[in-house]
Amino acid sequence: MMNELIFFFNKVIVSGAVLGSVYALGAVGITLIFGILRFAHFAHGDMMTMGAFVAFVLASIASALGISTFWPTGFIVLPFAMVITAGLALGIDRTFYQPLRAKGVKPVTLLIASIGVTLMIQGLIRLFGGVQTRSFFENESKQLFRFDVSWLGASRTVNVSEPQLLLIAVTVIAVVALHFFLTRSRLGKGMRAMADNPSLALVSGINTNQVVRATWIIAGSLAAMAGTMLALDVILKPDLAFNIVLPIFAAAIVGGLGQAYGAIAGGLIIGFAETMSVFNWAIMLRPFRDNLPEWVPNDLSIVPTEYKLTVAFVILVVVLLVRPTGIFKGVSS
Amino acid sequence: MRRDAMLFLALGVFLLAIAVWQQIPTTLFMLVTASAYALIALGLNVQWGYAGLFNFGVMGFLMVGGVAVTFVSYPINEAFWASDGPFMLFKALLAAIFGGVLVYLATNSQRFGIKGKLRTFLIVVSWATAYIVYRSQIDPAARLIEDEAGFIGGLGLPVVLGWLFGGVLAGAIAYIVGRICLGLRTDYLAIATIGISEIIRALVKNMDWFTRGTLTVSPLPWPTPSPADIVASGLEDATMSTVLARVGFLSLTVLMIAVIFYFLQKAYEGPWGRMMRAIRDNNVSATAIGKNVTKRELEVFILGSILMGIGGAILASFSQILDPSGYQPINHTFIVWVMIIVGGAGNNYGALFGGVFIYIVWTVSEPASVLLFGYISDFSEGAGIGAIPNIESRALQMRVFVLGLVITFALRYFPQGVIPERIRTEK
Amino acid sequence: MSLLEVKDVHGGYGGAPILNGVNMSIDKEDVGVIVGPNGAGKSTTLKAIFGLLEVTDGSILLEGTEVANMQADKLVPMGLGFVPQEFNVFTSMSVHENLEMGAYIRRDDFSDTIASIYDMFPPLKEKRKQNAGELSGGQRQMVAMGRALMSQPKLLLLDEPSAGLSPRYMMEIFETVVNINQAGVGILMVEQNARQALEFASKGFVLANGKNRFTGTGRELLDDPEVARSFLGG
Repeated sequence: MMNELIFFFNKVIVSGAVLGSVYALGAVGITLIFGILRFAHFAHGDMMTMGAFVAFVLASIASALGISTFWPTGFIVLPFAMVITAGLALGIDRTFYQPLRAKGVKPVTLLIASIGVTLMIQGLIRLFGGVQTRSFFENESKQLFRFDVSWLGASRTVNVSEPQLLLIAVTVIAVVALHFFLTRSRLGKGMRAMADNPSLALVSGINTNQVVRATWIIAGSLAAMAGTMLALDVILKPDLAFNIVLPIFAAAIVGGLGQAYGAIAGGLIIGFAETMSVFNWAIMLRPFRDNLPEWVPNDLSIVPTEYKLTVAFVILVVVLLVRPTGIFKGVSS
Repeated sequence: MRRDAMLFLALGVFLLAIAVWQQIPTTLFMLVTASAYALIALGLNVQWGYAGLFNFGVMGFLMVGGVAVTFVSYPINEAFWASDGPFMLFKALLAAIFGGVLVYLATNSQRFGIKGKLRTFLIVVSWATAYIVYRSQIDPAARLIEDEAGFIGGLGLPVVLGWLFGGVLAGAIAYIVGRICLGLRTDYLAIATIGISEIIRALVKNMDWFTRGTLTVSPLPWPTPSPADIVASGLEDATMSTVLARVGFLSLTVLMIAVIFYFLQKAYEGPWGRMMRAIRDNNVSATAIGKNVTKRELEVFILGSILMGIGGAILASFSQILDPSGYQPINHTFIVWVMIIVGGAGNNYGALFGGVFIYIVWTVSEPASVLLFGYISDFSEGAGIGAIPNIESRALQMRVFVLGLVITFALRYFPQGVIPERIRTEK
Repeated sequence: MSLLEVKDVHGGYGGAPILNGVNMSIDKEDVGVIVGPNGAGKSTTLKAIFGLLEVTDGSILLEGTEVANMQADKLVPMGLGFVPQEFNVFTSMSVHENLEMGAYIRRDDFSDTIASIYDMFPPLKEKRKQNAGELSGGQRQMVAMGRALMSQPKLLLLDEPSAGLSPRYMMEIFETVVNINQAGVGILMVEQNARQALEFASKGFVLANGKNRFTGTGRELLDDPEVARSFLGG
């Protein structure tokens, strides 16, 4: 029985936490942008991919310079990639969104513009980077930790890769840092104030342009973090995050748009829901296989693996129908 | 109006230039596809331009149209009908109906005095039961069909019937989607429609028993004589027969567009169109005067989706292949939005113009950008920097970038499009 | 030089004019009260002063500096505070955080100011950790006024501070306003409860159709039979 539980832990808990962390980091950015600027930033997925590519370029430069450490090089360059991506996010806002905001357009127009930005980022990444997949671990090895849990009576090991551990660790750090930023710092509180009531924030003398900039910096750097860690865990490809922008939106909406903590919860919910729904629950029945009736099928997964991404959407639709403001009450406007 | 006429005239001149550059058969090929896209753009214009409904799931409706026309017009697969497949599918259908009834009963259980938590619990259980019962029937059926017959094949009926069925099916799905999503605020509607089109794509790609999935279905029949038919009837010149066949197909699509356009324009200028614009421009006051806004919006959503379904069916018929992996949001959703934004949302002439113009530009930009990149590569090689590697694929990516740039540029500098909506003085 | 000088201001939303020539002058000892019928442009005048709507003509001088069409976040550092009528607290933030947001522009230590606000509104001290959204209407009004005072304004604009409050609360709010004024803050407020407000107003402005109809001290307006008949309900 223990072996099956360890298998479940590896397949559902570890994978779910990894996936959930990536979703959470992306969803926080989307939810903050929504809270402050009141539009659904569709280009967020490609901002994550862009961050991962920036990190890849930096890592290549680093290894060309002969820099090699105990840590994966892609992880070492992450802070720089975050800074650069935050700068790019600010530039994108200044060039494409801010002029539209200044004209006082409806949020929908900004959403369409963000789709234009998505296409531009996709085009540029493929133009310069080509369409092939790349690995951060061409010159280094990806460590896989096998934790011996024989003391639990299992012969299987708990398997976690180094990037996965790092991903979960940086997500926890980012969430704690974000919490302190939002509850303790002047700018962070100003950000919550503006998400709560933009016009009152303005008459309170809160520098709204500064808050907008802070939002893009946080969203951009978290996007770079999520994208890079995802690429470290799996592989770097041009459609790395475009494919998951939908679950990320689902996470943000499930958590209640505008709610940073909700987005984190939403990300984990969606992550675990996906891994649990494609998990073959028949494995858990294996210890009892001799006593099971004939008709119990071998495959008891809730949905086939190829429908994994649609799980997020089904959750999204259910939440929209049952509780449109999300689990944590979202911004209404 | 004179400016519009000039624009269409310019489009004609542009097409002539394309015909000289790319030869007549290729131009005709583009024109037929462009006409399908024009129809799709009209559909989106009805939804977005008339009523301000945000549909980012165009691709899903095009796929529904493609699947529908394949099912109706593809020749009958004898192996399927000879197998147990039809019977098993019938059982799966019964299971689906059983599940539907179960869910319906649970949802309406308040009529039997069941309320609150218990009702919620019943609804969840009924959905789960319905899902399990359906899966228990459809899974073996799908496996059997895929093993014994490949897929279910078609009905061998006339193609135009398939187009209409594409419209009907798309409209039916739009009804369900609309019932779920239209009450939502705009951003949610956008995300929801993108999600639905991705679900449709996942289904069409993976329901091998129905669509052959990645194996693709071809050749789909044409409604008009195909090049091969014309050759068979005695005309031996291959180019000529291709041209004739494509002209035949084009006349059919142009005729359809003309009829649809006429009715759309009538509706737009009539009281129905006025009401839609009132709802779009000021939701609150329309509610205040007692029009059922959500119901009207649902009508418009269905109407637009029907046009998209027909357009998607035409696209599949003309290319003679149902290729589920060939559907991409860029080529099937975003480009339609570019057509509307550039052409002018709210104006059918604008949608028509944008549909044809953007499609042609998008298509010829492929050889054009390869040509351009070739020059740059020659230049950089001559300058000693070296040639651009993988010119072809990179050149194609350049187009995606330009498409994005066009969207943001148009939103900023001419948000009304080249043929803007005419605001009549009707206050 | 007056604290605030409003000269022949015209303005409105998106081309539709609402203000057609408003004049007023407020000094730091003044409590100015704007009264008038619905739609006369009372709240709009406050919004125009605070840069929340476009001023098309005329000028607004704050201590001699032209501030018409200046963004709100520039006006707060210049000594202007604003208490909107509705949505005037950050509902998802605690009372204490609401006050902190009022001091957003201040980089110095403002704990003294917070303490003085809690002295002025004792109920807030008890509830300082509670979300402002959970408070009663009167307490919200206190939070809103406290928030605006945190920036230590020279001139405080109040938009119908007594709206929706019981008469007892109204009198309390008015007393607070007078106290704030005596501490050296100029007041300009819009009031529906015109009679009570004009009692303590050093300056009164009766607006109609976006223009001054009558201007005088509060007493003068109360004693003017025409003002009483047309605007104060007899």
